[in-house]
Amino acid sequence: MAIEKSVKETYYESIIKQGYSRRDFMKFATYIAAYMGLETSMIGQVAKSLENTFRIPVIWEHYQECTCCSESFIRSDHPIVSDIILDKISLDYTLTLMAASGHQAEAAKQATMEKYKGEYILCVEGSVPLGDDGNYCCIAGRSAKDLLIEAAEGAKAIIAWGSCASNGCVQAAYPNPTQATPIHKIIKNKPIIRVPGCPPIGEVMAGIIVHMITFGRLPELDGLGRPKAFYSKRVHDSCYRRPYYDAGLFAETFDDQNAKDGYCLYKVGCRGPMTYNSCGTIKWNNGVSYPIQSGHGCIGCSEENFWDNGPFYERLTGLAGFGIESSADTIGKVAAGVVAGGLAVHAVAANISKRKELKSRTSRGIQNEKKLDS
Amino acid sequence: MQTRKFRRVYVWELPVRFFHWINAFSITVLAVTGLIIANPPAILSNKEASDIYWFGTVRFIHFATAYVFFFNMIMRIYWSFVGNKFSSWRAFWPFNKKMWHNFLHVIKVDVFLANEKKPDIKDISIGHNSVAAISYVILFLLALVQVFTGFGLYSANAGWWLPKMFAWVVPFLGGDFIVRTIHHATTWLFILFTLIHVYLVFYHDWLEGRGEVSSMFGGYKFVCDERLKKLVEDEEIEAPVDEEAMEIIE
Repeated sequence: MAIEKSVKETYYESIIKQGYSRRDFMKFATYIAAYMGLETSMIGQVAKSLENTFRIPVIWEHYQECTCCSESFIRSDHPIVSDIILDKISLDYTLTLMAASGHQAEAAKQATMEKYKGEYILCVEGSVPLGDDGNYCCIAGRSAKDLLIEAAEGAKAIIAWGSCASNGCVQAAYPNPTQATPIHKIIKNKPIIRVPGCPPIGEVMAGIIVHMITFGRLPELDGLGRPKAFYSKRVHDSCYRRPYYDAGLFAETFDDQNAKDGYCLYKVGCRGPMTYNSCGTIKWNNGVSYPIQSGHGCIGCSEENFWDNGPFYERLTGLAGFGIESSADTIGKVAAGVVAGGLAVHAVAANISKRKELKSRTSRGIQNEKKLDS
Repeated sequence: MQTRKFRRVYVWELPVRFFHWINAFSITVLAVTGLIIANPPAILSNKEASDIYWFGTVRFIHFATAYVFFFNMIMRIYWSFVGNKFSSWRAFWPFNKKMWHNFLHVIKVDVFLANEKKPDIKDISIGHNSVAAISYVILFLLALVQVFTGFGLYSANAGWWLPKMFAWVVPFLGGDFIVRTIHHATTWLFILFTLIHVYLVFYHDWLEGRGEVSSMFGGYKFVCDERLKKLVEDEEIEAPVDEEAMEIIE
């Protein structure tokens, strides 16, 4: 079978077979090591691992999603990423890119799951609908939930690509009609790497896979299961507009002079200060730009519930249960007004209710005042 | 008609007074800088960004004051174990009969302004009244919310182990969005507390004339002479107040 043959190939062999030179390969090793945040001394280890490691069998599932994660991956900066990493690792099963279709495709998947039980990596793109018995997303006549549980059973680890698989993304936005559910809420007994972002950066995706090949284990994860190498800093902390923020120079609207001057987009709703991602350093489209550089605030696509967290162009987000338009400040101001009014009423009422007590106190005080020897 | 005789009683010890004013100061600074950070004013300048740092300074003040607020709170917790009975943690413990009796009294007389036919002198609290004590417990809980969410948000940039200890708060609550919203909304609860707190202090001073306001400066409150004897008889205070403290004020 085709799977068997390709699995026995190392990554290096595949790369050379594809027509790349040794020099191209070393350039790729250097490039990906840099993206992974490794020291230059580690480039050798990356190259060596790619030379000696056999291809990891991968099943790449697509559920409720828009395929933007795959799109992002194949548009990664370096051709080897799409050519070899994606092409070779996802050979076993990825319904959008594989040549086989229908029964053939499903058979290939079944074969991989049986042959490499406990060894293969399950990549999941998209959330899983749990509403109405999972009927909102079916592949080959079976619900996504069924397929996920089956594929996860024999997986060594699961990579949840993108915000859909990590957080539920747009389809999980209120009121979440299909009950779109992220992977970690369904599968509890496997290590899960969450790679949020809508989509995640292609280099980040490649970096995570190369990390697993190079070091033979999962990358270090943070409290939310995201690789620390790419998600430990806020977009804000690596933003090139950060000096404007510290200087207090902000664009007030999108068409004022400040916006033209490239000032900080904090006040027009930029979510950079609340969003953990590498957009500021790795950037997009071969490192050309990223949303803030293009003059639009970050929408926080790699954060949980970013879709429900208020309008993208306002800083304050609504408080749940107080209506769409009310922000914490509006409620706070109204509450402060009500309290101040209440206190004023109390002060007046106290003067009326306690008048006898006050009167007797005042008269006693006046008497004492008269008795003073001067 | 005779004026009641009052005696000075040392209620608020120096650390308690220090705590109060440092706390009041840091809450004010934190709320003001916090609201500026949340919605910075538009300040126009023709200088280069590299020559300006006012927003960074505001943030620095916010973070530095947060440490003051936090350590001041730790000090007060310590003092609640070694201080006098008015500052003891027992004064804030709401689960006893006496506390709830006084609570209902304060709600009736001071909040709903009812007049009692025969006022009982024992209903007037010497330290905090029960409603105040409970409001400070609530304030303490709000302070914890601010400490946890604040240090949680700060931890990603922190270089010290103390704020880093709160790094779990952000993933625990699901992300910076919700943590920031909680931090911001709770600020308003502090503002509401301050309004009510300051008003009620003035109210008690105005109605009872026992030096409620000045007690937080000098530490003394005025207590009825008869009350004091009664207290000594009931052994509610440890020893007879010494001569100097018995200085009679008319």
